[in-house]
Amino acid sequence: MISLKVNGKTYRVDVPPGRMLLWVIREKLGLTGTKFGCGMAQCGACTVHVNGRAVRSCVTPVSSVLGKEIVTIEGIPKDHPVKQAWIAEQVPQCGYCQPGQIMQATALLASNPAPTEADIVKAMNGNLCRCGTYPYIKRAILRASRRMR
Amino acid sequence: MKMKGLTRREFIKYSLAGAGFAIALTITPNGYRILKAEEAEADSRFHPNLWISIAEDGRVTIIINKSEMGQGVSTALPMTAADELDANWRLVSFVEAPAGPEYRDPVMGLQLTGGSSSVKDMYKPFRMAGAAARTMLISAAARTWSVPEGECEAVSGTVRQAKTGRVLTYGELVKKASALPVPQKPALKKTSQFTFIGRPLARLDIPDKVNGAAVFGMDISVPGMLYAGIARPPAYGAKPLSYNREAALKSPGVVKVFPVPHGIAVVADGIEDVWKAIRALNVKWDKGASPELDNKTLRKSFIEGLDKRGPVALDRGDAAKAFLPGAAHVRIEAAYMLPYLAHVTMEPMDCTAHVRQDRCDIWVPTQNQTGVLQSAARITGLQTDRIHVHTTYLGGGFGRRGDFGYATEAVQISKLAGAPVKLIWSRPEDIKYDTFRPGQSCRIEGAVDSGGRLISWSHKVVVPSIFEHFAPQMMKGGIDPAAVSGIVDMDYEIPNLHVEWVKLENPIPIGFWRSVGNSHNGFTIESFMDELAHAANRDPVEFRLAQLVKKRHLPAMRLIETAAEKAGWGKPPKKGQAMGIAYHFSFGTRVAQVAEVSVDEKKGSITVHKVVCAIDCGPVAVNPSILTAQATGGIIMGLSAALGERIDFKNGGTITSNFYNYRELRISHAPEIEVHILKNQKTMGGVGEPPLPPIAPAVANAVFAATGKRIRNLPLEPELKGRL
Repeated sequence: MISLKVNGKTYRVDVPPGRMLLWVIREKLGLTGTKFGCGMAQCGACTVHVNGRAVRSCVTPVSSVLGKEIVTIEGIPKDHPVKQAWIAEQVPQCGYCQPGQIMQATALLASNPAPTEADIVKAMNGNLCRCGTYPYIKRAILRASRRMR
Repeated sequence: MKMKGLTRREFIKYSLAGAGFAIALTITPNGYRILKAEEAEADSRFHPNLWISIAEDGRVTIIINKSEMGQGVSTALPMTAADELDANWRLVSFVEAPAGPEYRDPVMGLQLTGGSSSVKDMYKPFRMAGAAARTMLISAAARTWSVPEGECEAVSGTVRQAKTGRVLTYGELVKKASALPVPQKPALKKTSQFTFIGRPLARLDIPDKVNGAAVFGMDISVPGMLYAGIARPPAYGAKPLSYNREAALKSPGVVKVFPVPHGIAVVADGIEDVWKAIRALNVKWDKGASPELDNKTLRKSFIEGLDKRGPVALDRGDAAKAFLPGAAHVRIEAAYMLPYLAHVTMEPMDCTAHVRQDRCDIWVPTQNQTGVLQSAARITGLQTDRIHVHTTYLGGGFGRRGDFGYATEAVQISKLAGAPVKLIWSRPEDIKYDTFRPGQSCRIEGAVDSGGRLISWSHKVVVPSIFEHFAPQMMKGGIDPAAVSGIVDMDYEIPNLHVEWVKLENPIPIGFWRSVGNSHNGFTIESFMDELAHAANRDPVEFRLAQLVKKRHLPAMRLIETAAEKAGWGKPPKKGQAMGIAYHFSFGTRVAQVAEVSVDEKKGSITVHKVVCAIDCGPVAVNPSILTAQATGGIIMGLSAALGERIDFKNGGTITSNFYNYRELRISHAPEIEVHILKNQKTMGGVGEPPLPPIAPAVANAVFAATGKRIRNLPLEPELKGRL
């Protein structure tokens, strides 16, 4: 049994230490907002926060995050400026990559509340979106940034 | 906002609970017939294909028979019904229809989401259902107040009598309304009376998608569910020579290992257990159906195809005569080649199935409920009314989920495993075993007279057939309509037009990819139009307009003019930049785009700064915000393919496996996009696919304008780099 702290709650789960955080969150904790996209940190759909930093949970062994603060899309408050901006700008289409995009964006704004467009591109370039919502993502991050300043 | 899919019976129970009020609408050989849910249930001859239900608390639920894959159909269709209903939009939600004949698309005859047809095909039925319900609610209020119906009007979920200011909510009226006869020909609103249609309403699915609460196929969980995966061969048609079943069974968490038609299935407690066991299986495969297949042999087959003859799809006038020496002012020819492309939906293929003796449940992100239902019936031997297809959200579709092979596999595995099973494809499986957009080669000859008018066009397309296998009934006179789409129905006025198709045969699986044949034909037509313009020493915009001179060409003409004007065509370009234009008609919708591009010739890299898009899908844009999003998305997907996407083949199979070797566009390369909606077309067209075809030629034409280099093979950047 290992102990995981996710969204402020402590879970005890019986998994091998090499299991990737993504599948523990999804299969054992039932938090399915975090998505599987590629399994090798190429697309960003599985992005969560570990101690405030955006990480790819599909390549993060659960043993490496014991005792750390893990936050998933379900742990970001609904009234968070980033989620609100995502709604205001009507960002999602299919929506599958968006939890990862939002987790990446919230981590960016937490460390850099007033990003330039170049900062946004640099931070978000690991997050793929096949629907092509990129221009909307840029606008939503700028909108959230204005509210957070 | 969204509930899990309901069966028809469950829905009727649900909608009637609390004496709610539900409207069904059937499609009969004589047209539409509207009836109440009770009647639909009692009279099995009528097949209700869509429903509106209003509960006593006033909540309105719209059942939609189309899959939500990002295109916004779960907002657009409820808008059309809710508008005629005069509903209070804040009380409107939707549910996905179960799979059944009553939910088939009236035009296609299938329960399928594709061909950019959802709103176009369902616009009238949904409006009629809404109008019928509104009429009955008004009538119920008039009876309550004992006043003429003419004094009552429906306003935002209520009926009011203007004279007295009295108001009854729909919730208060449902009991009485449900006892009234259903009008068969309810009056539909005039365009000027629309309250929702034409407005950029916020999408109903977005809050759940932002909060991680939207349930995709990947997110389904049912009690006792196991996970499954399949060890698949590297080469097409390869069979296993040997595998270590014992080692896989000993792997942690593994429950079952057995062969299935496409490989060896592993069933285990978690998906990582499955993948570990697949490695332990260590399957040795034979060389497959065509071990010689690789990039080189494939390319050769496309080049050789150009010299073969095939069936003629269209022969207007005498194209050959116009190419005779002296017949034309300018005569050129060119050959183009495009690669195989993957869909790479962000959600890889997955499906959850639970097969029991007397019932089968399937939770699946599918564009093709009819296909899933029929396939499950074949495998289980159950009648289709025992098979329950629950359509989840789709993490992208783009045509990929019109194929239902992954659902077939899940049903097969659940049946053999005797348990509910979630099948997940890894990303390499999703790419390697995709149903690709087929590669294509073509040769075009064109002739222009001294006045700059196109006089002849001869076009030979070499491409495998999609429809021959997927829907053979769609083959027209031996011609696959996808192979020649966009060519035979070009808007340009061309007196002599010859279109020929050479069918290429190989074992590579192919399917529908956003805009289908238009994705390659749009590129070749519009690149060649640009070549002709330059050969005839005409401006590319002027040259296109010169072929669009009749009254019927007005929508096309206006689009090209608008895109050119908004982009500043003809003005001095920004330093180091150049513009290219393209125009294409597909799925009933016309689109013109101008791309502003710069090229780093030393690096062979292309930057697209801005795309101006003008689109005309007819007199009604149900939700202009969704339309703009679809145009944006189509442009980015088309640009991604144009710049860098290509599937590579080796040793009889695919070697492309993940995002590091399938180059999908990232945010760093997303241009600024401006969308202008025009309404000169008289008929309604589709929106999901038409914005895609023009972007690749617009960019290639801009690259030519910037560098003088004509790139006839996609993807553009590897081609450009290859010429360094």
